[in-house]
Amino acid sequence: MTTSTVPEPTRRRWAAAGILEYIRHPLKRSDLLTGLGFLAPSAIVLLVFVIVPVVSAFLLSFTKWELLSQDRAFIGLENYIEFLRRPDLWRVIRNTLYFTVLKIPLDMALSLSIAALLNQKLRGQSLYRMAFFLPVITSTVAVSAVWRWIYNPNLGLANSVLKLLGLPSQTWLSDPDLAMPAVALVALWKGLGYDVVIFLAGLQNIPTVYLEAAQIDGATGWQRFRHVVWPLLSPVTYFVLIMSVINSFKVFSQIHVLTPRGGPLGSTEVLVFHVYRLAFQEYHFGRAAAVAFVLFAIVTLLTVLQRRFIEPRVHYE
Amino acid sequence: MSVSRMLQLNVTARRRIGRTLSHLVLVAGSLLMIGPFLWMISTAFKSEAEIYMYPPRWIPADFLWQNFVRAWNTVPFGRFYLNSIMVTGIITCGQVVTSALAAYVFARIQFPGRDAIFYLYLSTMMVPGQVTMLPLFLIMNRLGWINTYQALTVPFLASVFATFFLRQFFATIPVELEDAARMDGCSRMRFLWQIMLPLSRPALGAIALFTFLGHWDDYLWPLIITNSTRMRTLPIGLRFFVEESGAQYNYMMAAALITIAPVIALFFAAQRQFIEGIALQGIKG
Repeated sequence: MTTSTVPEPTRRRWAAAGILEYIRHPLKRSDLLTGLGFLAPSAIVLLVFVIVPVVSAFLLSFTKWELLSQDRAFIGLENYIEFLRRPDLWRVIRNTLYFTVLKIPLDMALSLSIAALLNQKLRGQSLYRMAFFLPVITSTVAVSAVWRWIYNPNLGLANSVLKLLGLPSQTWLSDPDLAMPAVALVALWKGLGYDVVIFLAGLQNIPTVYLEAAQIDGATGWQRFRHVVWPLLSPVTYFVLIMSVINSFKVFSQIHVLTPRGGPLGSTEVLVFHVYRLAFQEYHFGRAAAVAFVLFAIVTLLTVLQRRFIEPRVHYE
Repeated sequence: MSVSRMLQLNVTARRRIGRTLSHLVLVAGSLLMIGPFLWMISTAFKSEAEIYMYPPRWIPADFLWQNFVRAWNTVPFGRFYLNSIMVTGIITCGQVVTSALAAYVFARIQFPGRDAIFYLYLSTMMVPGQVTMLPLFLIMNRLGWINTYQALTVPFLASVFATFFLRQFFATIPVELEDAARMDGCSRMRFLWQIMLPLSRPALGAIALFTFLGHWDDYLWPLIITNSTRMRTLPIGLRFFVEESGAQYNYMMAAALITIAPVIALFFAAQRQFIEGIALQGIKG
């Protein structure tokens, strides 16, 4: 063996890590080789198409990089400073937060209530479940096209309903104040069934003995929910909450189909939309990368905050 | 009538009222969920004059099947279908293969540094695709892959989520089974192929379904990486059709219906698998 060509300190480190043993021992060597070989296909794809791009995106965010001209230079924090200085930043962050606040509380409350209703083992349960799940599995572009038609300012279905109720008609997606609520409503409608199914599975997982015991002790329906179901359901609620928040920070496709130009006065331009516009309509790649990193930072921060402040209140069995 | 019996009646009556109320709420909710679909179908069959009629009619006077023919002939939906099926098919097969191999290593084959690699895998799950897409676009540009099938598929041939999901499943298969097979001279590859994978069929099916549905609806990446009608996938093709059809909502809805019909048919056929798969995600997560 040619191990002697390896310098002594390195060899000692290898031995400590157990690698030497894996090189010498034929069975273990075959484990090492098989392991690396099996990992190679996915590791190479991840390395080239995820890890390298993340690092390059980071470098790109410190660079002036215009796609059309060959104008490229390292400019330090300039892209971030530019973003902070412009009113765009606050507008797109406000829009993203507004979307999140409009959608998530309603989504959580409705999906949990519907799941609770479905959990009563009613007749036709699977039919209801199917109805709520239908928007989830249909293509975002197709359903967004339908909603564009429903929101049509002349005689869309939404205005027909208002007219029927004797209310003034609205311009919906062309109204700076209404555009975002209208978009959030579509997102709520589309995503609700997913959370219903997850909550329903969580509810069905709660052992009935606990509920029966509470009932025998004279607990009312609300008390049973508050003191038995809610704590036992908390891991599921936590999962739904984290996923919804992260996904609403990454929302793009439905907004792009409903309001292709980011809405009236940019009222539906969210973070990802801004990245898209900077990079692929204005060709400022460096600045787009800086905004993308701000998005990354916000999503990471949210995850960490939720871990720190909400997870301790989650009861795992 | 005894007191206890009256109480009993009271309870059943209350339960019956509760159930009726639940049904009412659920029926109303279901109608709100399905309404837009019915409206889509109704509009797709209407004439241009009828779509703007007030009060709106849910059942068209005449069912104009030619709307579908017209929508189908205006843009190459056949080509979009082919593209979507190809791209999603390649991604799904690729992900299942690469993830099964990697998951097997993380579940069973021990070697130094393996766990460090596992944590590296998991940490990439945090990265939003919107961050990597910018350099990825530049890489594709450099490779000359813009507007090609490679660009639409190759970056997605591995999935950390699928790897993690399968690893959890593989870990439930008894180690003794593998020890016995290996004692009899079965190679790792053969064990994975002939024993592990057949035993993991439900997990593989769930992963294939998620991957397929997830990428079938991909929007942002195909939008930026394709620039000709020929290479567009269904969502992108439909999006351009929507942009260009202006106020011709009957054609727009016919086109939307053309693109969603097969997925809805698939959903009705495999409803249980869909819903159980999603539920599993919530419990594992």
